[in-house]
Amino acid sequence: MSNKDDRPDMKRREFIGKTVLAAGAASVAPGVLLTVAKAGGESRGVSSDVRYGLLIDTNKCADDCTACVDACNRENGIDLVERPKGQSDDDWNAQRPQWIRKVQLKDKQTGEITNLPMMCQHCEFPPCVDVCPTGASFKRADGIVMVDRHTCIGCRYCMMACPYKARSFIHQNVAQQLVNAPRGKGCVESCNLCVHRIDAGDMTTACQEACEKDGHQAIVFGDLKDPDSKLAKLLKTKSSRQIRADLELNTGVRYTNV
Amino acid sequence: MKKTHYSELWCSSPRFWGGLTFLAFIILLGLGATYYMEHQGHWVTGMSNQVVWGLPHVFAIFMIVAASGALNVASIGSVFGGPMYKPLGRFSALLAIGLLAGGLMVLVLDLGRPDRLVVAMTTFNLKSIFTWNILLYTGFFVIVGLYIWTMIDRKVNKYYQVTGYLAFFWRLVLTTGTGSIFGFLVAREAYDAAILAPMFIIMSFSFGLAFFIITLISAYWWAGRTLGELRLAKLKHLLGVFVGAVLYFSMVYHLTNLYITQHHGVERFILLDGGVYSLMFWLGHVLIGSIIPLFLIYSPAFASSRFAIGAASVLVLMGGFLQLYVIVIGGQAFPMNMFPGKEVVTSEFLDGVVASYIPTTAEGLLGIAGIAVAMTMVAVGSRMLKVLPENLEDPKDLEHA
Amino acid sequence: MPRSTGIKRFAGMLMAGLFATLATSAQSDSVVTPGSKAAGMDTCVAPTAEMRRYHMEYLKHDRVETVRQGVRGLKNSLADCVDCHAAKDGNGGYLSINADGQFCDRCHNYMAVTLACFQCHRKTPADQDASSAKTSTGNQGHAFGLLLDRGESAALTAEERAQFQALVREE
Repeated sequence: MSNKDDRPDMKRREFIGKTVLAAGAASVAPGVLLTVAKAGGESRGVSSDVRYGLLIDTNKCADDCTACVDACNRENGIDLVERPKGQSDDDWNAQRPQWIRKVQLKDKQTGEITNLPMMCQHCEFPPCVDVCPTGASFKRADGIVMVDRHTCIGCRYCMMACPYKARSFIHQNVAQQLVNAPRGKGCVESCNLCVHRIDAGDMTTACQEACEKDGHQAIVFGDLKDPDSKLAKLLKTKSSRQIRADLELNTGVRYTNV
Repeated sequence: MKKTHYSELWCSSPRFWGGLTFLAFIILLGLGATYYMEHQGHWVTGMSNQVVWGLPHVFAIFMIVAASGALNVASIGSVFGGPMYKPLGRFSALLAIGLLAGGLMVLVLDLGRPDRLVVAMTTFNLKSIFTWNILLYTGFFVIVGLYIWTMIDRKVNKYYQVTGYLAFFWRLVLTTGTGSIFGFLVAREAYDAAILAPMFIIMSFSFGLAFFIITLISAYWWAGRTLGELRLAKLKHLLGVFVGAVLYFSMVYHLTNLYITQHHGVERFILLDGGVYSLMFWLGHVLIGSIIPLFLIYSPAFASSRFAIGAASVLVLMGGFLQLYVIVIGGQAFPMNMFPGKEVVTSEFLDGVVASYIPTTAEGLLGIAGIAVAMTMVAVGSRMLKVLPENLEDPKDLEHA
Repeated sequence: MPRSTGIKRFAGMLMAGLFATLATSAQSDSVVTPGSKAAGMDTCVAPTAEMRRYHMEYLKHDRVETVRQGVRGLKNSLADCVDCHAAKDGNGGYLSINADGQFCDRCHNYMAVTLACFQCHRKTPADQDASSAKTSTGNQGHAFGLLLDRGESAALTAEERAQFQALVREE
């Protein structure tokens, strides 16, 4: 080497680097792409500093109201799923996708009536994630449990494992989808806490928004890890419970007055 | 003792090709049914968001469980040193491979996205029992394939014992894995029990042997070779022990559940008022699958009846199939108890009610095609390879047996 | 050590040049659907030849980021493909991008490659005033010189380089 010191010739290196980068990134190395957010890109990705969850006050959940269910169906394009020709009512009810559902309970002893919406409980230790053979069922860093449709093979083992029956399998061809809710025959899906809203910086889910708009305010959405969030404060002061707390799944969705 | 000669199964051509054509026809029907189900989507099946695994899964699990059991005869020959069983080892291994392939085919063709099989084979979540099973099944094919090789090829015969032990160990793990698919489901009351894994092992012993006896009798009849009474009697008595053991395990499983108040609901459902499921349990599993076969096996009246042996094996298979149906589908039909102490008044998602499941023809055709695939593999395999002894006449010097 | 690096670098350049030539030679007349938004634009998010070869890789890469890490608004977005390349049907609506003879179908059909995206994804541009279209923004393009527009020079500006280096350090 003719150079006196062993520092490489930066100019030369820069030149080569640029050329190779320009030509190489263009055509040689598609596998090693850089992540380049668009100029107006809103989101920098999830972080485990937050954990999203819901608190549902069943006392405020009204008898014949289905505002949350309707809003969810609209928001996530579930209302675009058409009923196949020739499918019976019973089959349609058992086979159509449902992310959130209204349940009315009656205490066997006291006769007390409770209304509540059921959806994916976004467990900290989700059984559906444990059993998924391909890892398509996963939990994001911010606690949202969802399905990566790209790797879901439709084995339905997660549906067998879920203690809340929160998941739906798509039993038919789907013609229409929304941009934010891809959906097609043969994969499993469930509530994802309106993940597209969260990623866009919105701090509301469709169900919560609808419930509030109807004046019930039975659903509170927020960050469980932020002690100043409305959700965390409510959870601290009110006694709430997890459904099937015996399984120790530490759900992200909690209920009061059940 | 006379040396055993093995040769390819060489029956008359029309009979062989006729049989194969029949099997191919069944497979074709099954593939047509699969195309229909995958093209339309699963709404044309009886499966739903409530009962997510249906008839194809019962067929698949039935065959996978039987596959590991079918290998038992070979294991008894090599691991436990039973000379009467040793000549049957090759055929036993072939049947095991065939049944596993048939079962897996059904499982794969029922996926929502069978086209993504490559994803399943390349993307693993090692915490999933399912993933383990994928690895266990693949390993089973390899190990049992090697096992057959060591049995057939004199050059590698010195590894026979080692592979025999390995195969035996592997088949135990495999059935444990299959049983654990259900045993690890904490969510459902019917499944959350560790006893399911050993119970599946003993079920595999019983179903596998029944399958073995039926195929062995058919193969020897097909080829017009002789099959000794004594050897069949040995197999028969072994089957009797296994059938009794399954019944015992089943009893223990339900008795422990009956002790746990939380599980009274599901037990009442399976044993008493589950309608078709209770019927299948008592009539199918207990009567057809256990008591009648035990009678056929142990009653002196049928001591030398080859028909009784065949009938007992068929009944064991039928009863076993229904037993699995009750476990797989009955367990899902019973509503999950999400709100203890509460009853569900209304739900849009059928919470708190027994889910209905009515299997469709297409599902059945797919399942039967799986069995046809297994039988085809066995037929072609025994025609191409030297797996069956030319003569299974009872040995003259019985002291050695 | 420096010597071997030099050889590697040389080989790399050679390969890059080779591929660049190949990529250019694959370029031909425009297949962009007349009347679509894309027809009125200079270039896609990367040169046409490159998009033809690697669009699936780009989409795959960014889909993992989006689904798993929640990074939205990335450069390569399927929704943007649809927004730009879908043809109007003449009644104020759009034709499905994967319909017979449409942008995606024409090539995929010719190459006999299964197009799986639209088994689940939306096939027409989202209704702009629908609330559901919140995160689908217009194509703002890329600021990096790595993926060049036609006629742009290969040099990185100082600003771009700083941005790039910051990104690399982050990784």
